[in-house]
Amino acid sequence: MTEEVKAPKKEKIPRQAMPEQEPKVRARNFEEVPYGYTPELAMKEAERCIQCKDPRCRQGCPVEIEIPAFIKCIKEGDFEGAIRKLWEKNSLPAVCGRVCPQEVQCEGMCIVGKKDAPVAIGNLERFAADYQREKGKQILPPKADPTGKKVAVVGAGPAGLTVAGDLIQKGHEITIFEALHGPGGVLLYGIPEFRLPKAIVAQECNFLERMGAKIEVNSVIGRSETVDELLERFDAVFLGVGAGLPVFLKIPGEHYIGVYSANEYLTRSNLMKAYEFPAYDTPIVKGKNVATFGGGNVAMDGARTALRLGADHSYIIYRRSEEELPARGAEVHHAKEEGVEFLLLSNPLRFLGDEASGRLTGVECLKMELGEPDASGRRRPVPIPGSEFVVEIDTAVISIGSGSNPLLTKSTPGLNLNKWGYIVADPKTGKTMKPRVWAGGDIVTGSATVILAMGAGRMASNSIHDFLTYGW
Amino acid sequence: MFEIVERQEMAQGTIISNWIKAPKIAAKAKPGQFVILRANETGERIPLTMADTDPAKGLINIIYMVVGKSTALFKTLQVGQGYLDVIGPLGQPTHLEKVGKVICVGGGTGIAVLHPITRGLKQMGNYVYSVIGARSKDLLILEDKMKAASDELMICTDDGTYGHKGFVTDKLRETLQKDKDIKLAVCIGPVPMMKFCCKVTEEFGVKTLVSLNPIMVDGTGMCGCCRVSVGGKMQFACVDGPEFEGHQVDWDELNLRLRSYTAEEKVSFDQFKAHAPGCSCSR
Repeated sequence: MTEEVKAPKKEKIPRQAMPEQEPKVRARNFEEVPYGYTPELAMKEAERCIQCKDPRCRQGCPVEIEIPAFIKCIKEGDFEGAIRKLWEKNSLPAVCGRVCPQEVQCEGMCIVGKKDAPVAIGNLERFAADYQREKGKQILPPKADPTGKKVAVVGAGPAGLTVAGDLIQKGHEITIFEALHGPGGVLLYGIPEFRLPKAIVAQECNFLERMGAKIEVNSVIGRSETVDELLERFDAVFLGVGAGLPVFLKIPGEHYIGVYSANEYLTRSNLMKAYEFPAYDTPIVKGKNVATFGGGNVAMDGARTALRLGADHSYIIYRRSEEELPARGAEVHHAKEEGVEFLLLSNPLRFLGDEASGRLTGVECLKMELGEPDASGRRRPVPIPGSEFVVEIDTAVISIGSGSNPLLTKSTPGLNLNKWGYIVADPKTGKTMKPRVWAGGDIVTGSATVILAMGAGRMASNSIHDFLTYGW
Repeated sequence: MFEIVERQEMAQGTIISNWIKAPKIAAKAKPGQFVILRANETGERIPLTMADTDPAKGLINIIYMVVGKSTALFKTLQVGQGYLDVIGPLGQPTHLEKVGKVICVGGGTGIAVLHPITRGLKQMGNYVYSVIGARSKDLLILEDKMKAASDELMICTDDGTYGHKGFVTDKLRETLQKDKDIKLAVCIGPVPMMKFCCKVTEEFGVKTLVSLNPIMVDGTGMCGCCRVSVGGKMQFACVDGPEFEGHQVDWDELNLRLRSYTAEEKVSFDQFKAHAPGCSCSR
């Protein structure tokens, strides 16, 4: 008689951490913080996925990636299969693996995460994309037969690149118009090198070009050509131009040298590579004491950039408490590890400067305390009378959000704008009030995330495809 | 690449004129608008108001003074070579209309910006007085073109080597005193010149347009680097300008912000000069 052999209980694998640079070291360089998974680590992490029949992770993904399927490929060592699965739904996996807020999307819904740490879906997505780029064969996703239809995509940011990637696979002819001298939008000018290497952005854009999309840089639609002129040459137009208008604090002294909008500070550093000045010609004020105003992801990028530019002190000045910081937990964590100092419940009143040199010397702030919840549900910060204090700073980065840039919208009759100047578009299709024109991303919603813009791009591309195929 | 098809050195090589192949921009550009140029991959984005266009040939004309690394680098570009990026047309065009009599005042390379506006105002049927100035005769540009675009042209040099000895403000004041029918002044040049021209025209209550040249990055209203105070309000020169009502401009603030990178500009320029053309290193 043989004893029934019970299968040994599967050993529980802990969530595999991604190796990263030491905080003290990385705070002084612009190289990427995490190194990425090795194939072994990736396969081990992939084993943690229980391949749910009714996967919740997929519901949490704005572009509905077949998450269990691509993870299964990784588990089996079929890395090419993994990237093909990802490409079915996402043209920018190397980007999304890095900058998506997975904790509130796919990983936030992961069943494994109910009792344990969720499967590291973002890390695995990043691994599949990086492996393909660095070690994989030059492969491309399949492409439908040419339809003869032409689509203009205005803005080469996350929304526009998604629309382009989707529609090119469906056989349409795509031309992307980008105002700056390189494609990527916020991926290029906004998100710093240490979070998203620009070589990766360039490769993702190059991937679209290899698929057959045309990218015309230096094209400021609204000035160099109008949307109405594009409509004469194209069957459909997608507007994904981003929010693109800096918001200032509107306090005295914002003209002093050393006061930047986050857009300018990050554009100088990222797009123009001012951190390599004078090898690159664009300068930036390399402050010793830098304050970044605001508490979102962009503010964290600003404060962490300041450290890398050589700051002794990099402060986040935010008028609410830590709990209300809108930035991702991971970003706040990274910033703290690197030495960013948080001056919370502090509201700037005015900038101080040296009148002769015009340079910023400090900021006067007021202490706040939390009162009753406001319309947003967050507790309203209330000033504490007489609590003024001065922080000595030579650089200020204002990162309190952005507004709608009117350059394109004003030059486009027939677009419906809301009271903040954003384009009114159908939330299910991205259709605007102007025939044959779709819109999506920050120019519709106001400042949001890369992946939400990509989700909007996905909806619009489906609608554009229907229109080009069936006429509605 | 945006190819240079014609290149001319003016004012003893301190000012350069380029005609650049940029058909899309040439087709759209109007007087008063600018382009942003970048020489190469490591280059800065430099805004320059167009001095002229030739839509039929698909060309635009820029005229710039060599003042630092970037413009010195531009100067090295010869016919057949070109700029990596040219973006435009950007900014609001000049609102050209018939008002009767106008006076156009230009100094230094501001004359290059002033010329198409002057020509446009004359074509509209205005009677055009023009005053142009430079430090000395050798540095004066576009005299012939300005003469053709004006009904009366006055010339000033600081050192008296040509025309009136003194500043353009002298001739501006003289003309405004002589002819009370002047309805509009357009003054374009270095910040101190524009500031003092505005003081003069303010005395006479004559509306004055100026073209501002703050430091810029993107040129599409995205970064706010070029913010200027006009009538106490924050304006972006790249999208709201570059032309503004001169009496409303906070000149001291503009002047201050133009000095943002004086130290860095020197480092950059010194390094460039140390590596003269022909140097085998990559700089």
